[in-house]
Amino acid sequence: MSAHIEFRGVTKRFEVKVRGSRQHTEFTAVDTIDLDVERGEFVVLVGPSGCGKSTLLDLLGGLTAPTGGEIVLDGKQVTGPGLDRGIVFQQYALLPWRTAQGNVEFGLEATGVPRRQRAARAREFLDLVGLTGFEDRHPHQLSGGMRQRVAIARSLAYDPQVLLMDEPFAALDAQTRESLQDELLRIWQRTGKTVVFITHSIDEAVYLGQRVVVLTSRPGRVKETVTIDLGDRTKQDDLRSSTEFARYRHRIWDLLHDEVSRAQQQEKEVVGA
Amino acid sequence: MTAVLETPPKIDDRRAPAPKSPQRTLSRVADALLTGISKIAAIAVLLAVWEAAPRLGLVDATFLPPFSTVVQAWWDLAVSGKLLDNTQASLVRSLSGFGLAVAAAVPLGLLIGWYKPVATLLGPLLEVFRNTAALALLPVFVLLLGIGETSKIAIVFYACAWPILLNTISAVRAVDPTLLRLARSMDLSGFRLFQKVILPAAVPTVFTGIRLAGAVSILVLVAAEMVGAKAGLGYLINASQFNFAIPQMYAGIITISAIGVLFNQVLVSLERRFTSWRVPVGA
Ligand SMILES: Nc1ncnc2c1ncn2[C@@H]1O[C@H](COP(=O)(O)OP(=O)(O)O)[C@@H](O)[C@H]1O
Ligand SMILES: [Mg+2]
Repeated sequence: MSAHIEFRGVTKRFEVKVRGSRQHTEFTAVDTIDLDVERGEFVVLVGPSGCGKSTLLDLLGGLTAPTGGEIVLDGKQVTGPGLDRGIVFQQYALLPWRTAQGNVEFGLEATGVPRRQRAARAREFLDLVGLTGFEDRHPHQLSGGMRQRVAIARSLAYDPQVLLMDEPFAALDAQTRESLQDELLRIWQRTGKTVVFITHSIDEAVYLGQRVVVLTSRPGRVKETVTIDLGDRTKQDDLRSSTEFARYRHRIWDLLHDEVSRAQQQEKEVVGA
Repeated sequence: MTAVLETPPKIDDRRAPAPKSPQRTLSRVADALLTGISKIAAIAVLLAVWEAAPRLGLVDATFLPPFSTVVQAWWDLAVSGKLLDNTQASLVRSLSGFGLAVAAAVPLGLLIGWYKPVATLLGPLLEVFRNTAALALLPVFVLLLGIGETSKIAIVFYACAWPILLNTISAVRAVDPTLLRLARSMDLSGFRLFQKVILPAAVPTVFTGIRLAGAVSILVLVAAEMVGAKAGLGYLINASQFNFAIPQMYAGIITISAIGVLFNQVLVSLERRFTSWRVPVGA
């Protein structure tokens, strides 16, 4: 039995211009990634910035094609974007001319849900993310956290099997971020979606993930996969200050530490070159 | 702690505007009244100076008659029907050229903005023509199209097309790339992408171009009517000056300004209607 999502030796190289000349060189962003994700699993990818996390998500979303290897979703190779995967972007990507309701309906319009059902369905999903009463607000009338809730509702409304989230809470303040993390866990439990979540925050990774995949600095490879066994987070108070939590956090910090300093070294080299 | 964090998002609703309270509405009305008065004040002062200066002999009343004399002349022109005829002639030309420009430049701009090959093909041409002042081409239009209506509408069309075209092109190019990524991730067809993302995103900037074109349409038309025409406000102004009917000349000028202001007002309120979703300035 093969997994829900399989990365098989996925490599992505970019052509980049060499400064001051017309030549191109190849630049490896992610290198031979092998990873299986089970149906309904919550997997978090964590790695230093620039290690290719977004690139991996783009590949899974079908927005770009791998240079080598393949990604298989339910036994079928991913060759392009599709509504079986919903992406939640860090910058929310809401249509500013539409209301919260209109933005959620935007997702439904693509799937061909009949017009009459769209409105009801959009309200239902806005309710799921706790935005009842805000249907008629435009994005500029909503706070950052509320905007991201709308974006999550939009992705859920068209009922994809997989939710791809690229540092969705990175731009939010700490309190809003924590409440959205709880909200996301609750939604995940209720809908049973597979979630592939990207972050560079160790706390966020440990708090959300059933499994945390630690990536190396450029080029991104899988360094180690850590299974997090903290039980049902939503049923526990103040999990973040428990000793178990601290142990996982330290473990991942250990794994990441070398990678982060290596990434910083690389950045210095680029600047110095 | 977590209990507080889990409450519905109403508490982190800082950026949302507060509901209208009667007090706020009152102060808003007062504000509007105040700005209204100060707007009128500046114009009232201008008119008062205009009235007083010739009467006090500060300027030669022959060349700048008092405002009341100009109003009288304007009234006589209006009663005789001359004003209406000339205004009508100008408006027909102006609005035709402007309307044609909107109809042609918006689709063309969308095309150039979206399709790279079209942009590469037409880019150099655009560069040459946009840097050639429309009025410099007036003699060419007259040579090719005569001094009739065609050449006047054509020059207005030409001059109006530029601001609309350039704004539409940059509007399409400036569409938020994350929205394009979103649309792509949802596998939207090219047509739907255009209809649901590019077009609505471009509306505000396109409207800026249309508003500029509105001002241009009157400016260029008046100049064209001064060169060769038998009717129109530009003709009225020019002919009055030629016949030394100075009050009539000013009456014509005032009419032009009034039309310009009115036209702009109409376009601004249209723009507001279509872009009400935009972040209010200063918010
Ligand atoms: N389209 C592209 N062309 C060239 N280089 C790219 C492109 N997209 C990403 N990269 C490079 O690939 C690396 C990984 O990028 P990204 O996946 O965005 O990292 P992360 O999301 O982990 O911060 C970065 O060094 C980035 O500069
Ligand atoms: Mg990224």
